[in-house]
Amino acid sequence: MKRIKRVFVANRGEIALRVVCACRELGLETVVGASEADRDGLAAREADRMVCIGPAPAAQSYLRDDLVVQAALGTECDAIHPGYGFLSESPKLAARAREQGLIFVGPPPEVIELSGDKLRARAEAERAGVPVLPGKEVASDSEAKKTAREIGYPVLVKAAGGGGGRGIKLARDPDELKDLLSLARSEAGAAFGDDRVYLERFVASARHVEVQIAADEHGAVVHLGERDCSVQRRYQKVVEQAPAPQLDPATRNALTAEAVAFAKAIGYQNLGTVEFVLDTDSGEHFFLEINCRIQVEHPVTEAVTGRDLVAMQLHIADGEPLGFTQTDVVFDGHAIECRLNAEDVAHGFMPSPGTLSLFSVPELLQLRVDTHLCAGSTIPPYYDSLMAKLIAHAEGREAAIDVLQEALEDLDVEGVETNRMLLMSVLGHDDFHRGAVTTDWLERAIV
Amino acid sequence: MPLSDEDVREILRIIDESDLSELRIDTDGFSLHVVKGDREPTAAPPSRPARSDTAPSKQAEPPVAEEATADGLATIPAPMLGTFYRAESPGKLPFVEVGTHVEPDTIVCIIEVMKMMNSVPAGVSGTVAEVIPDNAELVEYGQPLFRVQPA
Repeated sequence: MKRIKRVFVANRGEIALRVVCACRELGLETVVGASEADRDGLAAREADRMVCIGPAPAAQSYLRDDLVVQAALGTECDAIHPGYGFLSESPKLAARAREQGLIFVGPPPEVIELSGDKLRARAEAERAGVPVLPGKEVASDSEAKKTAREIGYPVLVKAAGGGGGRGIKLARDPDELKDLLSLARSEAGAAFGDDRVYLERFVASARHVEVQIAADEHGAVVHLGERDCSVQRRYQKVVEQAPAPQLDPATRNALTAEAVAFAKAIGYQNLGTVEFVLDTDSGEHFFLEINCRIQVEHPVTEAVTGRDLVAMQLHIADGEPLGFTQTDVVFDGHAIECRLNAEDVAHGFMPSPGTLSLFSVPELLQLRVDTHLCAGSTIPPYYDSLMAKLIAHAEGREAAIDVLQEALEDLDVEGVETNRMLLMSVLGHDDFHRGAVTTDWLERAIV
Repeated sequence: MPLSDEDVREILRIIDESDLSELRIDTDGFSLHVVKGDREPTAAPPSRPARSDTAPSKQAEPPVAEEATADGLATIPAPMLGTFYRAESPGKLPFVEVGTHVEPDTIVCIIEVMKMMNSVPAGVSGTVAEVIPDNAELVEYGQPLFRVQPA
């Protein structure tokens, strides 16, 4: 590394630990900015230094870009890695870091801003020749009614400032649309500080397929294949895999080419993910959004490509060229990730914080476990409930499923409720074994 | 920025209704310093180059002074992460020294977060026994700043 010597990790949990480990392998020092609740966490302990940036609630710590930048400056870091969630897609943090001479490990603030505005991103995709779902911004109820009639019911009402499954409502008829619109506007205004909403066609039978892209600061853009994240509950991913099962080669080629074209069109830099929805009835695919961060599910791509994506982010942020071309990217085997969450499935997926009296994941040859927890760790109530990511990589899909089933069966966890049984139901289900499922499948077939 | 009497009254009304005890705004060509009640105005702010994005100073949430330890001393913890300043500006006298008597609302230091100057009150009454961090050092949230012999 030429410019980056010490990295400030502005996150917590497994991804903070993941970044610390990636930095260590690259010979970089790390400073973890932890909230009071995470002072004794594994990431904080593994880092060269920990600074407590604030009290436990994220709004007073992990979401404070001013504290993050001040802490990075005060500890003489030269880069900030934001992880995922929290400030990872905050143009404000990216801009503030740049103003202070710090390297933000992610795209430039202008690109993050564009991507965060789902309407602008849609327009840019269209301009780049990437298909988008029929739809448009609606400023008034009458305009919405007219637009919905053109699109056809049911129709999705989305917040321009939303994304990642947030700020989406489904209207089945004009009456429902009228009721939802004002609610959607006020919710969007409160949640995203942007009350613009737009309508989009609802795809009843949909798969969620996303393309990992990597772009350096010298204009090179490649893709690292796709991931299928269709096993979802309320737009939250539960199981992800690469490659996407039963994806016809023509569609795969179109998705990856369009993702690269879009990234080039918006001047994307660093790693990102272009999300698509596949209509399994019509065979069409449409652009959904671009995510300007490392994804939770990045390990499945690492498994099948044999490349360290977090290290890649740091190299790119340091100004290095990618160092490989599209033809160098080869894919090997099948990888599946399941997210083990501390939640009470029987009681509406309520988070289940607490102290782990027991936690041990079996060591298996084809299994990777990304976790920040061990026996004795506490899962605080303030943050998301992700405990561990179990990633199996095998020659074939069935073999990968076997590995995960064995891992989940032999997993020891006591002290909190988990979604282990739900994950086992998914992996053991005939529909899942047969291949592709749709995004409504989990809630329809299992929950 | 020319201000009318109306404007000044409006500003004072806003400050009166807030829980700030002191407000300082410095922007290009405009400077306002208001102190509520009968407090002595503190000295000039740190002599940084005037910037239009200089934020008004505000008083930090009173930190909860920790229970006296075995040696009978109480600790004043940092109410936020930031840069610790013992005085309003480099040439000025520190707010407190070892031996200074403090009341809960006595300002003991400033913590700067991205040009935002946060005054830190003692939160405890007694005599300063130790100043722990060095001036201009980064302090973490909750880090002990002062040790105080309780009155």
